[in-house]
Amino acid sequence: MRIFIIKEFLQIFRDTRSMIILFGIPIVQVLLFGFALKTDMKDVNIAVLDQSKDVYSQELTRKILSSEYFNLSSNLSSSKEIEDEFKKGKIREVLVYGEHFGEDLIKNGRADVQIITDASDPNSANIVYSYTQAIINDYLKEINNTAQPIAQIKPITQMRYNKELKSVFMFVPGVITVILMLVSSMMTSISITREKELGTMEILLVSPVKPWQIIIGKVIPYVLLSFVSAVIILLLSYFVFHMPFSGSLLLLLSVTLLFIVLALSLGVFISTVSKTQQVAMLMSMFALLLPTILLSGFIFPIKNMPVILQWISHLMPPKWFVIIIKNIIIKGNGFAVIWKEILILIGMTVFFIVLSIKKFKIRLE
Amino acid sequence: MKTILYLIQKEFLQIFRDKMMLPIIFIIPIMQLLVLSYTATFEIKKIELGVVDLDKSVTSADIISRFSASPFYIMNTIKGNYQELEEKMQKGELEQIIYIPAHFEKDLLDKSMPEIQIITDAINGSAASLMSAYSMNIIGKYNKDFLLKEMMIPKDHKNINTQVAFWYNPDLDYKTFMVPGILVLLVTIIGLFLSAMNIVKEKEIGTIEQLNVTPIKKYQFIIGKLAPFWIIAMFDLLLGLALARFVFQVPMIGSVPMVLAVASIYLVLVLGMGLFISTMSNTQQQSMFISWFFVMIFILLSGLFTPIENMPHWAQMLNIVNPIAYFIEFMRLVLLKGSTFPDVAHLVYSIAIYALLMIALATWRYRKVS
Repeated sequence: MRIFIIKEFLQIFRDTRSMIILFGIPIVQVLLFGFALKTDMKDVNIAVLDQSKDVYSQELTRKILSSEYFNLSSNLSSSKEIEDEFKKGKIREVLVYGEHFGEDLIKNGRADVQIITDASDPNSANIVYSYTQAIINDYLKEINNTAQPIAQIKPITQMRYNKELKSVFMFVPGVITVILMLVSSMMTSISITREKELGTMEILLVSPVKPWQIIIGKVIPYVLLSFVSAVIILLLSYFVFHMPFSGSLLLLLSVTLLFIVLALSLGVFISTVSKTQQVAMLMSMFALLLPTILLSGFIFPIKNMPVILQWISHLMPPKWFVIIIKNIIIKGNGFAVIWKEILILIGMTVFFIVLSIKKFKIRLE
Repeated sequence: MKTILYLIQKEFLQIFRDKMMLPIIFIIPIMQLLVLSYTATFEIKKIELGVVDLDKSVTSADIISRFSASPFYIMNTIKGNYQELEEKMQKGELEQIIYIPAHFEKDLLDKSMPEIQIITDAINGSAASLMSAYSMNIIGKYNKDFLLKEMMIPKDHKNINTQVAFWYNPDLDYKTFMVPGILVLLVTIIGLFLSAMNIVKEKEIGTIEQLNVTPIKKYQFIIGKLAPFWIIAMFDLLLGLALARFVFQVPMIGSVPMVLAVASIYLVLVLGMGLFISTMSNTQQQSMFISWFFVMIFILLSGLFTPIENMPHWAQMLNIVNPIAYFIEFMRLVLLKGSTFPDVAHLVYSIAIYALLMIALATWRYRKVS
């Protein structure tokens, strides 16, 4: 048994390329997520069609462009150009002043400005529009002599748990989950089917090693690798991205270990139903990885999905794991809040282990 | 030519002989497209809001009713004291709390600018900024209405009316935006992984030796290996486009033949990249690792989920070598906005050059002598 585990370790560690990637993936991903993926809009390119060109329109344009949110891409001279600009995909918004903007504003006290946004990306369009609107409101306050106070409510917003709206807060729990899924499920399923495909499984089965020992031997190196991967991500998110880690470290690590075992049992299960590495890989990819990314609530909020998908998401182990990690790391909650989720994970683990034992065939067809 | 055809026939036989492969190649991508397009939404609706109202006045009630009337909020009449609601947010049952202080109405009428606090659970930063934008809009609107109603607008008050137009997607349907991108993703994953694992499989099983001793030429071998996957991926793409058109009602304003033409070049690029990875690695596990590594980075940087212009400069530079970024931008421009060839020429040329490069690299790396 010990010797068998050592053999597996040797086999994995001998493959340096895989090892580099195995530890490279989490590091690169966390760094990318942390530094490159920004959810706040900045430097949005806009175009201006100013048919009035008076003091007021130019002042408003200047105010908009001097904010950190907007960059001027081009000044347009006719409304025909708007569509062309959008089609080139360079701009997200066009600001259109009518011919008598300033005149209207002085004489009638009201003027129109048109904001055309590229809503093929609806959320960005919404955010860009609300930024513009906010600047226009500021401008109005300025030109309306506000010496006399007017009755207004002053909203004060407070961002809880993540004041600077850093995207790492959302991504770190997700990346850990994805990596654990990748290393644990995908790698074990592939390494077991590999023995099948190469025919070495037969040799193992006729040896005095018991089937469960084979599985344990296959699985243990990956438990270790996954765990190290998870710890690397956690260290990075603490030292590089300054995530709070307000909860219990011991609880966090033990839940991580539980999830690794769950992911491994899933991997073993997949390997029992697939015959080739290719099938095992595609199955784990489409049945595990994509749902992990999409149905775990790590990027996309679950409650905005159709009801059926919300039900399916309950069956996804990663969903519960993501909830648990967010609670422990960011909110600092303890066992009292998350015992339900932990229980669900334990239940799922037992289920897949039993299922794999039932499905594991000692004989080859 | 005949040799190539035989090789293609062999590849197809090999693929279809495996009963698990058929559903994996044809059914799962379609299901993924259906499922993904519904899940991949950043729309924020049904925000769970808690209210602390220490004022209990007509004004505060009016403001609260505006929140409950908004389609973005659901209020399970969660009112209470601040501590209770705070705890609920801690447990994840509430996403936003509005806090209306005592004497709120009086302060408002006294023109001393009372404050309303809006506390947002910001673990998900982008959702938080949308949520806070929604609540700011509601309060902003209230401010405006209040001034109008109370007739407290000074005579010379100037106003700028904004009319907003949401072009290309007036209903702000997020699926319209995501479906073309997800389609690119699926086709890329299928193409890249199938081809990346292919030659390596022959190596691992040892059949590559048999192929190497045949008189088959290098280019015949490469074409024969790529053609089947090219056909499969093209088929998946067509199916996906049909679904996008008829199930998701994606507009497809631009030229569909152009999309297909560029897609066929793009697939050569993806398959070439897969083959290149395949020639570099010794086991299927390895090649899968490498492909996964690159695919993850490409996806994250491609602008599928977050706009590219929000990324720091170095990340945008990385996108020069990101095939997925080129093709997603191309698909979105052409399908959603009806861009024509001159608008997207730079993308098409980049894809074509990249494709040539990848094929050249793969051919150069593949050696008959091991």
